[in-house]
Amino acid sequence: MSMPFYVSPEQLMKDRADYARKGIARGRSVVVAAYDGGIAFATENPSRALHKISEIYDRIAFAAVGKYNEFENLRVAGVRYADLRGYSYDRSDVSARGLANAYAQTLGTVFTTESKPLEVELVVAEVGARAVDDQIYRLSYDGSVADEHGYVVMGGQAEQLGDVLADGWQPDMPLTDVLHLVRRVLATPGDESAAPRDLAASSLEVAVLDRSRPRRAFRRITGLPLDELLGP
Amino acid sequence: MEHEATGRLPRAFTTPGSSSFVEFLASHAPDLLPGARHTPGGEVPLTPHGTTIVAVTFDGGVVMAGDRRATAGSVIANREIEKVFPADDHSAVGIAGAAGIALELVRLFQLELEHYEKIEGAALSLDGKANRLSTMIRGNLGLAMQGLAVVPLFAGFDVDEGLGRIFSYDVTGGRYEEHEHHSVGSGSLFARGSLKKLWRPGLDPSGAVRVAVEALVDAADDDSATGGPDRVRKIWPVVARVTADGFERVQADELEATVEAILAERTRDVRAARRVHGRQHGGDLR
Repeated sequence: MSMPFYVSPEQLMKDRADYARKGIARGRSVVVAAYDGGIAFATENPSRALHKISEIYDRIAFAAVGKYNEFENLRVAGVRYADLRGYSYDRSDVSARGLANAYAQTLGTVFTTESKPLEVELVVAEVGARAVDDQIYRLSYDGSVADEHGYVVMGGQAEQLGDVLADGWQPDMPLTDVLHLVRRVLATPGDESAAPRDLAASSLEVAVLDRSRPRRAFRRITGLPLDELLGP
Repeated sequence: MEHEATGRLPRAFTTPGSSSFVEFLASHAPDLLPGARHTPGGEVPLTPHGTTIVAVTFDGGVVMAGDRRATAGSVIANREIEKVFPADDHSAVGIAGAAGIALELVRLFQLELEHYEKIEGAALSLDGKANRLSTMIRGNLGLAMQGLAVVPLFAGFDVDEGLGRIFSYDVTGGRYEEHEHHSVGSGSLFARGSLKKLWRPGLDPSGAVRVAVEALVDAADDDSATGGPDRVRKIWPVVARVTADGFERVQADELEATVEAILAERTRDVRAARRVHGRQHGGDLR
């Protein structure tokens, strides 16, 4: 066995980051975008049972890209965190900010101390009483947090798709317009010269945090209602 | 809430396996479970107790109703306590017994169902929900031995079978499915008698609400711990209707109309009896 060579901390962190980034870019993108009545989430996902978008608490949802087992573990931890907090204090004391902090600490600790970083990228979003109170936090594999406004694309060709979304997105769009835009974004091919792919409504996983719902704002949109929203 | 030194989520949070919030609490924060707390022996001082809950099935669902009184000994501790709650979208839970423990159990039970639904992505079956409540009551046996018993009544719409079902419990966690109608609490003896006479097959939703409210009126007539409808303060029983469309709390104006109809009919019967038989008659309301 060869002697271990000295590896500079810069190189070590860079290698880990490259490793995590590669894993995340391999999967399909998730798009999160605000609309006039709340926040919409969508991704290309042929599975009806293994979700990338889920409910965490009354006004909080979770979306993830990367390795399923790793983000599923974080999702369950988030539900436990939120339910325990709401049970020991009050339902109104559970916030996306608190959860995003807990996730950031967890991702950051794993990134620096464990042998392999988590190959995930997350969004924690909370719908407020008004559009200006909405919060969207994007968390990276290394624990860095970004407070996003309006929309996020992560995973896959995130940067390229983000440009397409930025061109079309405006505040206070109706849900059907946002979903049409999001489908166009998700159908954008990796190769710019290729034609856009044809995405059927049934191959999309779509959910919303609906501001007008009384307690639990999270709602999945599947089947006929989704066909109607995405219709011509 | 405890965090490890780095501030990351504690190991218990990321341990896979259980979809139960109660099991998670038992491993991570057992002091938050009502049954797991160490209590000193001896007499428990007077605490508020909730009283009568009734449940009535009808074609397409079930109605649950509870009076609004809590008593501590012979004192009325609260005249507008609520004892019927949504357990989740398709079920209701009503509680009789030590009010403090009961309200805590209801909160935990609601969370248990929601937690399971979020983690598994699907709701528990109605029997599954009834069994979870059974386990939680059993966990409270130690407190029940000290006089802090909680006796819930659970009712819901079984989406698989398409009908309303009722479950009753004893303090040891025994679970019994009831048919047609049931009542628990101090006034249940009188409410059950009333339900037997008033309930009939093929009730419609508003008919079931009327039967449930009338059973509570009868319970309040003979049991001092059950509060009748309060027309002065406009305090009506809490009535929940659970159907295929979900849990719905019956609104105050519908309850007011129902109460007025019941009381008007009884007033008329009493007056008629007195006219025929003289003043000493008419005390027994039908």
